[in-house]
Amino acid sequence: MSGPFVIVGAGQAGVQIAESLRQEKYDGPITLLGAEAYAPYNRPPLSKKFLLDRPELASLAIRGPEALQRRQIDLQLRTQVTAIDRRSREVVLADGRRVSYGGLALTTGARLKALPLPGVELAGVFGLRTIDDALSIGAALDHCLSAAVPLVVIGGGFIGLEIAATARKRGIEVTVLEGLGRLMSRVVAPIVSEAAARLHLAHGVRLLFDVRITALEGRLGAVSAVRTADGQLHPAGCVLVGVGVNPDDSLASAAGLECERGIIVDDCARSSDPLIVAAGDCTARRLADGSLLRLESVQNAVEQGKSAAAALLGRQRPFTAAPWFWSDQYDLKLQMVGLSQGYDEIVTRGNPEQPAFSAYYLRAGKLIAVDSLSRIADHMNARKLLDRGLTPTAAQIADEAFDLGSLLRA
Amino acid sequence: MPGAVQVNCIEPDGQRVEVQISDGWSLMQGARAQGVQGIDAECGGACSCATCHCYVAADWLMRLPPPTEDETQMLLNVAAERRVGSRLACQIRVTAELDGLVVEFPERQA
Repeated sequence: MSGPFVIVGAGQAGVQIAESLRQEKYDGPITLLGAEAYAPYNRPPLSKKFLLDRPELASLAIRGPEALQRRQIDLQLRTQVTAIDRRSREVVLADGRRVSYGGLALTTGARLKALPLPGVELAGVFGLRTIDDALSIGAALDHCLSAAVPLVVIGGGFIGLEIAATARKRGIEVTVLEGLGRLMSRVVAPIVSEAAARLHLAHGVRLLFDVRITALEGRLGAVSAVRTADGQLHPAGCVLVGVGVNPDDSLASAAGLECERGIIVDDCARSSDPLIVAAGDCTARRLADGSLLRLESVQNAVEQGKSAAAALLGRQRPFTAAPWFWSDQYDLKLQMVGLSQGYDEIVTRGNPEQPAFSAYYLRAGKLIAVDSLSRIADHMNARKLLDRGLTPTAAQIADEAFDLGSLLRA
Repeated sequence: MPGAVQVNCIEPDGQRVEVQISDGWSLMQGARAQGVQGIDAECGGACSCATCHCYVAADWLMRLPPPTEDETQMLLNVAAERRVGSRLACQIRVTAELDGLVVEFPERQA
C-alpha cells in the first residue's frame, strides 16, 4: 500500500497508527479524522481521577495538537465520516467533502450499549465514553453531593464499579444494581468477584444482585428513581449506565467489509479489503483456530495500532502478547493478564480476605490467566510467564516464599 | 509559560528534546502530550502498566522523592533493561525544583 493514509477515529488506536507510521519512516501525508472536539486523549482516567480531581483537560492528552502538527499529522476534529467509497478510494464526510486514500485505517472504537428501558431519555442518566460524558457525570455527582441524593449505578462491571468507588470517595451515597449474581462476572472468577463485593460493601455501597430493572422514573424530566421488578423504588439523583459497549463497525459493514460484531482483522490488523486496516475496540481478531477475539483495552489499541501501521507499509508485525487489563477501585489495584474463559482450576496466592491475592487460572494443567488484587509483583511476573508459555506448579503458586520470577530467569 | 519547568528528554534514538511542563503535571503527561517519543503509557498514568519507563540522570535521581512501593514493584519487570535510574514517568510530579531535569526513554516499553 502507499499513501496518502487516512485514519478514521482519533482515539488511542488512531493516534498510535499515525505515530507508528512516522516511526517507521513514512513521510507522506497522514490525515487523522476525529468526531470529537478534543485532540487524542486518555480514556482510562475518566472514570477515576478525572471525576475526583478535575484536572485540566489538556493533561489528558495523548498527543497535543502542536505535537501532531510537528510530525505533520493532519488532525481534523469535529469531523464525522459518513461512508467509505471503496471503489473511488475515498471517505465521505458529513459536510460532503471527500478525502482520498491510498491506504485506510479504521479506528472507530465502540459505542455504549443502549438500555431498552422506559425513562432512559430522562436528564441525569449517563453512560461514560467521552470527555463530554465525564464532564456531565462530574456535574451530576456535584448535584448528588449537594442535594444528598444517591447515585445509582446500573451494571457491576469495571466502569460502574470504578465510578461507584469514585463517588463513595466523594461522600456520595451509591447503589449498584447488577443483573447477574456477582460483580465483573464476564471477566473474573467468583473468588475475585467476592473480594470486590466485600470491598464495596465495606465502603458503604449498597450492592444488589440478580436485579431486573423495569423503568427509570422521573420528576420534571429528570431521573428520580430506578424501579425494579420486585416493586422496589431506588432513589437516584443521577443514574450511571455501565452495561458495556458494542464495537462500532457501522462504516465498515456498510462498505461491505467482513464484520461480525466488530471489523474482522487478522493478527496483523488487516481487514478483508487489502487497502484497509483496523485497530482497537472496533475490531474482532480472527485467531488461528478460527474463533474471534474482541478486546476492549488500551493495550489492544496500542499494539494493534502498531500492527496496522506496519501493515499499511506492507510489513507484518503480528500482535501476540498476552492481553492485560486493569481497574482501580478505592485502594484496590486489580490487574489482569491472559484470558481466563474455559479454566478448569484456580490456584490462589496470598490472602483473599485482605484482599491481597492473585488467582491463577489453569486449563488442562496450563496457565492461561492471572488476576491480581493489589499484588503488583505477581501481575508483572504473570505477564512474562504467559508470554513465554510457562506454568508454575500449584505448590509454587501457593507458596508465597517461592519467587515466581525465578522461573523467568531459569 | 508561567509555572513551566524545563525538562530535557532523550528519545530512544538519542535525539534530545527540550519540553516545558506545567508545574504539577506528571512527567509522563507533559512529555507525551508534547510528542516525546518512547513513551507508551498504556494505563494513562495509574502506575498499572510500566510502559512509561524512563531513566533519570544520576545527578537528578537523588532530588526526586523516592518511588512508592507500588512503583518499585512495577519496575520489577519493565520491558527494557532496568537500571539504577529507572523510574515510571507517570509517578514523577514535575515541580520547580526539577527545572533542568534530564531523563532518557528506552528502546522498548512492551
